[in-house]
Amino acid sequence: MKKPGDRFDVMLPLRLSGQQRWTSDRSSGGSLFTARTGILLLAMLVTSVAVAQVQARDPNASVLDLIIKWTPLLAKGFGFNLLISAMAMLVGTVSGLLLGLARISLMAPVRGTSWIVVQFFRNAPWLVLLFFVMFLMPFEFHIGGLTVPFPDWIKAMLGLALPIMANFAEIVRGAVQSIPSAQWEAARSLAFSRRQTLWQIILPQCIKRMLPPWMNWYAILTMATTLASIVGVSEVMTMVGRVTAAEARTDLLIPIYSYVLLWFFIYCYPIALWTQRLELRYAER
Amino acid sequence: MDEVAAWFKWLHDTSGIKLTIFYDSYDRTRFLKGLATTLELSVYCLVLSLALGALTAWLVGSRTAIVRRCANGFVQLFRNTPPLVQLYFFYFALGPLLPKVGGMPMLGSMGWAVISLTLLEAAFVAEIFRAGVEAVPKAMTEAAQSLGYSRSQIFRLIVLPLALRVTMPAMTNNLVNLVKTTTLAYAIAVPELVYMSAQIWSEQVNVPEMMVVLLISYVAIVGVITQLMHRLEIRLRVPGFGQ
Repeated sequence: MKKPGDRFDVMLPLRLSGQQRWTSDRSSGGSLFTARTGILLLAMLVTSVAVAQVQARDPNASVLDLIIKWTPLLAKGFGFNLLISAMAMLVGTVSGLLLGLARISLMAPVRGTSWIVVQFFRNAPWLVLLFFVMFLMPFEFHIGGLTVPFPDWIKAMLGLALPIMANFAEIVRGAVQSIPSAQWEAARSLAFSRRQTLWQIILPQCIKRMLPPWMNWYAILTMATTLASIVGVSEVMTMVGRVTAAEARTDLLIPIYSYVLLWFFIYCYPIALWTQRLELRYAER
Repeated sequence: MDEVAAWFKWLHDTSGIKLTIFYDSYDRTRFLKGLATTLELSVYCLVLSLALGALTAWLVGSRTAIVRRCANGFVQLFRNTPPLVQLYFFYFALGPLLPKVGGMPMLGSMGWAVISLTLLEAAFVAEIFRAGVEAVPKAMTEAAQSLGYSRSQIFRLIVLPLALRVTMPAMTNNLVNLVKTTTLAYAIAVPELVYMSAQIWSEQVNVPEMMVVLLISYVAIVGVITQLMHRLEIRLRVPGFGQ
């Protein structure tokens, strides 16, 4: 039997070759959770804390104590990040699905407009989009006599959802186009309408193909939620700024930033690993 | 140029759309300086990250386990943590550790932005290079071997030219991402395009206009890059591969 590594004799597309590399990595005895990086970060944190401990001018409050003391506050900020990321993903996914379906519409004007929208939001920097939404949307809405407040974190969430929307639209389009056209033809011969074909036959099959890139974008989005601190939302980076300002200790800086980096890594790296595994599993079928 | 300025002045007087960058020479200079800084930052990071990324890709393929692990760790670390936190880490946490030269910090915000973004991009470039090198069919290197090429010759003359072509689309994507990521430097006060625009809109109180200008500027930069890379891709295309 041939090994998976030498199955192809032609030049491979990038994605496929990446997956194969993953296979060989696993079979060659590399441990599954390659926790080296987490360990690296942890080591960074520990050494920086240790160095800071030794250098501490005020022995009453060690750096470790300070970090433990502020952990609940940082956790609150981090939870806020996760909330923003989850809601932005929800909004981005729903609107991206609609935009993606518009990209494969039979009407040329709809197709053209959605193409422009997708290109625009994919190619604009996240930060600029965030500024755009933060500064140009009102802080409250008046509907009739009712005043609906529109807090800044909701606006940040919408700003982050825009690039997700555009990128997810492309994922949807790619997935729909990857379904063999025989499926469409078979559905038509069974007298399915276009809408029925799309919702009952094509899209259910797409979910499997869309899942890995969708998860990948979720990880990217989670990392991008820190941008909200620039526009004044009180998430984890804002909290870090406040803690360092409150403590005013230079030896705290490296430990606390490594600490936050470690949190994000612990959250995002398993997602990345899981994505790779799903890609591999779906590719094998 | 004067006519353009006059037209935008007229536009402001009649409709209230205030695009000072077209008729106020101070604002125009600031905007163009910001644009220049953004491009400068992108070029520095591009060149440095290509070099560092190639080195990392080479180390990832090393035979020594510890070197391979360290290189892998570097790539995963920078790919799975927020770029903004990395930037803050370098600027706020590592920055104060450097000795001061004549009362001034050794590395300014621009220097740290270059370092931080270079490391981030190098992690992505390393992955792209690795995939590109692996995509070159084994039969080719074997054929070269049988023709008496040495190992370094095979890498320089056979693998590298092919791998570079395979990586072109991913590189274009990466370059676009790099330009978009330079906006993060705003957070540590590098005078790039977003920073300069923010100064202009807070002084002139023309937030909506400047926002639109800013968005269009970035989409235009990205559009030019995509077009150039696409042409390069077509020029370098090897017949017999792809569509």
